Amino acid sequence: MTSLTTNEPIRADLVGRLKNHGGLIALGVILVFNILVTPNFLHTQTLAVNISQVATIAIVAMGMTLVIATGGIDLSVGAVMALSGALAPLIFMSDFGVAYPVLGLIAALFFPLVAALICGLFNGVIVAVLKVQPIIATLILFISGRGIAQVLTNGNLQTFSNPEFSYLGTGKILGFPFQGWLAVAIACILFWVVNRTVFGRYLLAIGGNERAAKLSGGPVQRVKIGAYVICSMLSGLAGLIVVAINSASDAARNGNLMELDAIAAAVVGGALLQGGKAPIFGAILGAVIIQLVKYTLLANGVEDEVALIAKALIILAAVYIQQARKE
Amino acid sequence: MLDQNAFDLRKYISRNPQSVAVWIALIVLIAFGVLRYENFGGAYNISSFLNYNAMFIAISLGMCFVILTGGIDLSVGSVAAFTSVIAAYLSPYGIEVAMPLAILSGVAFGLFNAVCIVYLHIPPFIATLATMLGAKGGSLVISGAQTIAVDWGSNFTQLGMEKAFGLVPWTIVIVGILIVGLWIVLEMTSLGRTVLAVGGGEDATVMMGLKVNRAKIFVYALSGGCAGLAGVFLASGFGAGQPLEGVGWELSAIASVVVGGTLLTGGLGSIPATVAGALLLGLVFNILNFENGKGWISFSAYWQMVIRGAFLFAVILFQTRVMNRQSKVELAR
Repeated sequence: MTSLTTNEPIRADLVGRLKNHGGLIALGVILVFNILVTPNFLHTQTLAVNISQVATIAIVAMGMTLVIATGGIDLSVGAVMALSGALAPLIFMSDFGVAYPVLGLIAALFFPLVAALICGLFNGVIVAVLKVQPIIATLILFISGRGIAQVLTNGNLQTFSNPEFSYLGTGKILGFPFQGWLAVAIACILFWVVNRTVFGRYLLAIGGNERAAKLSGGPVQRVKIGAYVICSMLSGLAGLIVVAINSASDAARNGNLMELDAIAAAVVGGALLQGGKAPIFGAILGAVIIQLVKYTLLANGVEDEVALIAKALIILAAVYIQQARKE
Repeated sequence: MLDQNAFDLRKYISRNPQSVAVWIALIVLIAFGVLRYENFGGAYNISSFLNYNAMFIAISLGMCFVILTGGIDLSVGSVAAFTSVIAAYLSPYGIEVAMPLAILSGVAFGLFNAVCIVYLHIPPFIATLATMLGAKGGSLVISGAQTIAVDWGSNFTQLGMEKAFGLVPWTIVIVGILIVGLWIVLEMTSLGRTVLAVGGGEDATVMMGLKVNRAKIFVYALSGGCAGLAGVFLASGFGAGQPLEGVGWELSAIASVVVGGTLLTGGLGSIPATVAGALLLGLVFNILNFENGKGWISFSAYWQMVIRGAFLFAVILFQTRVMNRQSKVELAR
């Protein structure tokens, strides 16, 4: 990093991102490989499939990036996805939801996000107020969140036919999946929040040096709680999207292992695990890379299991490069 | 065994009130179970309970050492699944071949973690997360995503299904030896002291000239080995290597260690209390099963996860008092 970093945060962020273009190079390599090797890669349908799948990872990864920026981690994202995803069909398929479809639809979008917000508050308060390590604090909901979702649905697969709700996962604007646009819009908002608001300044300050942020009078607790709440709500939204894509809610599988994908995407995108950096568009880049690696391997007949090993190696490489650069 | 535990209680009563709390909770829960359910204290329930929980105790022990250094090992569940497949493939050669080699394969994963953490300076959380994915992928590849039946003709299944001298399940005997051995290592050897010192403050430990790297490599290798042992128990007790098992085991193990009063920041904790923590978590489910059997309530399996989480929450609330006291001491310095 040059001396630019201290003076002009936004420009420095851009410069920094260009300097740390490891992710972009990786993306380029994957794209070239796919164009040469994978059949039908340059096909709008391939693009649409990848966008619809990457959007949920990207949305959660952006929330994870905010949490990681505070020096924390959120393991409960997948469980929150399962919970909000289980709630939505329960609401619009209830007697009320059937009698008043419009109100039911609004409630089916609203209350799952409220549930997610409560989960975020729970995580945030345990981390910020009770000062429990984030891994352990979010472990509680990681374990019980999915359990609550399964208790609510009795472990049943809820299938439904509700075109309005499914628009969230299957709708298209200008030929691209709705959730892709949603992810981009969220990224723009979060980028503004991180770089231009007091909340964003403190978010990065806490990750940079929590005690300094506290001693300088920053609202450390509130900002931390805010990061966990945003992360949970984005996870809740992602849970709704997954349910909408499938026209079915399976509490056992919705968001399963999402915490790994989200952490991987955030780290590949340049988030420092020690905190202090919140590269929002980096998270999207990371999500795209993770998704494309998965797609490349599957499209070329490599087994799903080997794709897991590849993902493990990507995470290790990304963090190793990060560490090496720091030293 | 009882005498040793009593000795430990006295030693830790001033240092770590939670270790005492976990023993009291365990005794209360056992008393509750014995008084309320007819067969709860019966030999069958005790032996099958301990036999089933042996693998969880094993991984909790390894996890305890890792957490004592201030680290974490998220790979134990996947590694156990991997070694259960290895053990199943090797089962025709008998337990004396299958067990050591399966444990060694677990140690290999642990060493990989250690190399990433100690030499590549990758945070434990990320390194073991990657190993978790890698081991899961590996076990699915070598098993073809199928459960691998063990060879029933060899003596392999005796380990998980038969009792030593017709009294105690073999798994319990092995875990018992492991508990005592690791307890001695932690409390009475320089290696154990170094493990505790690393968790107390790594930089200070390096400056004291203690072999920090050796201690860290040891704990991750141990954790991998314990996961390997759990995998052998799994394959032997259920008659098959199970590549899809082990999901969430790392969390159970972490919960056991935390419930046992070990501080997640490292430096403070005890082996017997970890065992008590593992037993306590297992016992909650045992009692739930009995309660379901009585018919008063009907808890689905899904409630177990909710209750497990609530339990962890309660313990964390309790532990924050201890931890906040410690952080106040740090601030005062």
